[in-house]
This record gives sequence, structure tokens and C-alpha cells, in this order.
Amino acid sequence: MTDRATSAAPTPAKVAQSRSAQSRPVQSRPVQESVEILSVKRVGEYTEFTVVAPGIAEHAKPGQFVAVAVGGENTSMLLRRAFALYSATPGGAFAGTVSFVVAEHGAGTRWLVQRQAGERLDIVGPLGTPFPLPSGPKPAVLVGGGYGTAPLIPLAQALIAAGSPVEIIIGAATAGRLFGELVAKRTAGAVTVTTDDGSAGEQGRVTDALPAAIERIGAEVVYACGPMAMLRAVGEVAKAKGIRAQVAVEEAMACGIGVCMTCVLPVRDDTPGGDGKSRFVRSCVDGPVFDAERIRWADVGSLPSDLVGADAMGGGH
Amino acid sequence: MVDMSTRLGSAAFPNPVMTASGCAAAGQELNQFFDVSSLGAVVTKSIMTRPRSGRATPRMAETPSGMLNSIGLQGPGIDSFIEHDLAWLAAHGARTVVSIAGGHTDEYVELARKLYGNPAVAALEVNISCPNVESRGQVFACDASASSRVIGAVRRAADPGQPVLAKLSPDVTDITLIARACAEAGADGFSLINTLLGLVIDPDTMAPMLGGITGGLSGPAIRPVAVRCVWQVRRALPHLPILGMGGIRTGLDALEFVLAGASAVSVGTAVFGDPTAPVRILAELETALAERGFTSLADAVGYAHLDEFQRSARRTA
Repeated sequence: MTDRATSAAPTPAKVAQSRSAQSRPVQSRPVQESVEILSVKRVGEYTEFTVVAPGIAEHAKPGQFVAVAVGGENTSMLLRRAFALYSATPGGAFAGTVSFVVAEHGAGTRWLVQRQAGERLDIVGPLGTPFPLPSGPKPAVLVGGGYGTAPLIPLAQALIAAGSPVEIIIGAATAGRLFGELVAKRTAGAVTVTTDDGSAGEQGRVTDALPAAIERIGAEVVYACGPMAMLRAVGEVAKAKGIRAQVAVEEAMACGIGVCMTCVLPVRDDTPGGDGKSRFVRSCVDGPVFDAERIRWADVGSLPSDLVGADAMGGGH
Repeated sequence: MVDMSTRLGSAAFPNPVMTASGCAAAGQELNQFFDVSSLGAVVTKSIMTRPRSGRATPRMAETPSGMLNSIGLQGPGIDSFIEHDLAWLAAHGARTVVSIAGGHTDEYVELARKLYGNPAVAALEVNISCPNVESRGQVFACDASASSRVIGAVRRAADPGQPVLAKLSPDVTDITLIARACAEAGADGFSLINTLLGLVIDPDTMAPMLGGITGGLSGPAIRPVAVRCVWQVRRALPHLPILGMGGIRTGLDALEFVLAGASAVSVGTAVFGDPTAPVRILAELETALAERGFTSLADAVGYAHLDEFQRSARRTA
């Protein structure tokens, strides 16, 4: 995920229309913390923040995100910016810290990347659903686009700790927009790099390298985080190979906690016991991690007529 | 200690701070951050008769000190709302103001009937002013006779023990004309104000940013407009209570509404950036009243309208 959302905790019950769309167990409860910035590090075109946030670190899982207030106390920017967790360290060295990666996109992220160690941030997390982990060792390919690699690193660590063979593919438009090559290599032993312009790794897209990686380790699942077009393409490759893809989406969101209804995606309910129908589902609390096959990619940004409740939109309010 | 209790018609509340419709879903998400029963009431997202998908994305654009939304009243429909959301609110001891919306008078009547006699309902907020509709001609609150028709029908159909609050739009030439029509139709009070109709164009795509093209503007940017509406309606109809809202972010913001004539306030967009804003604002408002020598909230309601003689009577009473 990149700048905006990722998930978690399901908490409260699902909101209405998505009530039956997905059900994951309650895993953690988000908290709002005023946190001290421990370090700010430039990494290529990105900025990596490590902050002291024990309440968030304690329960965070890979794939979840934090929502960060920007602009200071009297800012005209009211909405939080969401970032996938890059690490969450509940104990040991750096106990109670979490880190996340920021790409400068606009005024809010510009303000954020100008912060320095010792300053404070107002953060809410952990939010959203985590990547589902297999019950036992299961070969997996992890695909990161741009700074979407960030949440895949703790995921790779968790998978490897559980005995799963892991391959990592990272890609970006240019070398400067890659994130996490070294740490990915350290974590998984090897990493495949692609760039659109060939300025690093192989010229091409992550999906060019994906089929071979799946075959190499006999992958049973693909995990991905990055731009929507990439996630869709990853889902198609996985499907062609007959395996699942769990993807962390990025959707514009105002609140990150499930109340504003701005970050919805058309998602099919084909979970066990589901009704098979599609609904607008919040990517902040029902996602950001979805099975790629459930997302109706071609309908993102439109209102498909078979969506539950679409028939009520005609004419009225 | 300030007596913070208040009333909206026959409904009594322990304090005047509520959520705003559409900014708190049905309370469950915010309950992760604070006990929603500590608020005066939860004002739920406008519910309609049937499940409704809402509009296509993008649904949100951040604006200076505000945001534009184009959700389009996504919701589960009244039956699911009563069974799940209202039941949850009642079980958690939260007082609930149910916001209802419809495309036709009959729909409002059906909603009022379904909520008849339900002890979980403290009051009805009748949303006749949602700007996210296909045509401005469908915004009842832009027309005095249409407003009168809906409010009259709801008042006749609704439980007499449930006060009916008309939620009005600021996008009219004279809001007091609409308010008078509602009052004559039996409104027990007003919710002021709904969002203002707005439009944002993306300079990169050179097209409207929202899927719904236009959206509702909320946040501190609209606060002076809201305070003006409260002031005008209070002056025109001083016997009817007002639930005031529009860009409240601090206790002093809330105080402005109270002084202008609001007996209670809703905190809306602020929640997106600060999930604990309602309870913080409640504490700040109580402090602000105490600092100004008020022993009760009721003494401050409409205080800005009073002359010197009336003022001294209020504060020494």
C-alpha cells in the first residue's frame, strides 16, 4: 500500500452493507497515540519514519496500516494520510516502535516528510485487515510495486518464520522509485527487481517475472501491494496459475476507521456462506487486504447495476 | 460544574454533544475510541427504506479546511438497520437520533412507521437536504412546500414521543422561509445545517474529481455559514430547539453554535481526522461555559441574541 490504506482490525462489526460481505475475526483495536519520531530516513524517493507507538506496535500485523494527521494543530488539512506498516516491534530492541514509508504526493505528505526526529505525530492504528497467513508452511511469492514493498517485508518475515519458502519481486517505474531491495534480499535471500525503464534490474513489469517465480518455488499463494493496476495484473497471473492472490489495495479514504464510506470498492462475496453478490465494501476496515479475485477490477470507479443497492440509486437521494 | 443537560423537544439528553449524521456510521467504529454512550446521542447515518449502494468512487476530495463528499447515502436499508445497528446502540446504552432519508414522501412515512414505538429512538432527524441527488429539484429543503409536505407527513406518521427535527440546507435564499414551513407542518425542531453543494476539478485530469461530479462541502470552511443559519432560525422561531452542526472542531466552535441558539451540537467531519473529537469537544465546551460564568448549558443557548439586561439575568439566575 502506498499512501493510503491498509487494514485491520476488524472490529466492530462490519458495517452495514458489508456485514455479510466479509467476516474476519476481531484481532485488534485501533488506538490514537501522540507519538515521538525516533528517526526519519530518506530512501530513494521515499521517507521512512520510525515512531514510538507502543499501543500500535503491540497488536499490529503485516498488511495493516496507520493513519497519520498532517499539517499540525491548526492545519487546513483535516484528513489523515494512511500508510502501510513497514515494521511493528512490540518487544526487544526498539520495543514499542512502528515504521512506515511515505511518498511525497501533495501538501500533506510534503509536510510530513519535513518532520524531524524528536517531533511528535498524531497516529491512529493499527487499522484494516492483515494479510491472511497460511496455517502451515506454504510457498509464496510476494510482489511489491514502489513503496508497496514496505508491508511485504514483515509479511515475508512472518512467512519465513513459519517455514514457508518465499520469493520476492519488487518493481517500479524507475530505480529511484524502488523500495526495499536490500532488506528484501536480506529477508528472503534473493529478490527479483524490475523497472519500467530498465534503470535497475530487468526492464519490464513485476508481472513479467511473476509466472517464473511461481513455478520456481511451486507457490501456492501470491501476496501483493502496490498500485491498483499492478494488483489487478498480479491477480490475473495468479488466477492463470490456479492460485490465490491476496492484495493490499490503495483507495482514497477520509477516515481510515470505517465511518466515512469514501474508500469503497466493488467486491464480490464469494466467501464460504456468502451470498455471491457484490457490494461496495470499505477498503479501510473490510480491507485493505482482499482476495484479488473478489475485487471487480473492471468496475472500480463505476456503479455496476448488479451491485446490491444499485437499483435504489435511480432518481432518488 | 456546569449542568450540561439539554432537550430537543420532548427528548432529554445528558449533554449536548452528538455525532453528525453520515460521519459516525452507527456508532460501533467510534466506540473503539470512546464510549459512545457518553455522548448526548449518536446521530446515525441517514437510513432509507431499501439497501442502497451509494455512488461510484471517487467519493471524496479534501478542500481547504474542509472536504467534499459524494457518498450518495450508501446504507443497508431500514430493516437491517433496526435489527443490527439500532439494537447495538440500545444494547450499549447510547441514545440515538435516527436520521431518515427518502426520495418520496411515502418513503419517509414508511421509515417513521418502522421506527414507531421503538424505545431506542430518542428523536428523528429528517434529512430533506442531502445534496447528493441527481437533480436539485429533488432536494426537498430547497422548496418550502416540499419541505412542509415531507415534515408534515413524518410528524403525522411518527411516534408522538419521538421529536421530529427537520434537517435543512443552507443552499437557499432564505432559510427562515423553509424553517417556518417546517414549523407549521409540525416540526419539533431543526438540524442546521447539511453540507453545501460544491465542486472540485482536478487540474491534472481537468475533469471533476468526484464520481458524482458535485458533492457536499463540510468542515470548518462552512462554520460561519452554519452559525449564521442557526442565528437566523433561532431569531425567526425562538420556541423551537436547534441541533447545530457545520465544521465544529473545538469546544469554542461548539460554543458559537450554542450562543447563536443551538440547544445541542453535532460533530461531523472533525471525527475523520480525530476519532475522539466528540468527547474532547464536550469537555472543552463544559470548560468554556464554566470560564464564562455559566452554571448551565441552557443559560448559554441563544445568549448572543440577548441585550445587556437579559444577559445579566441569565448569568446571575
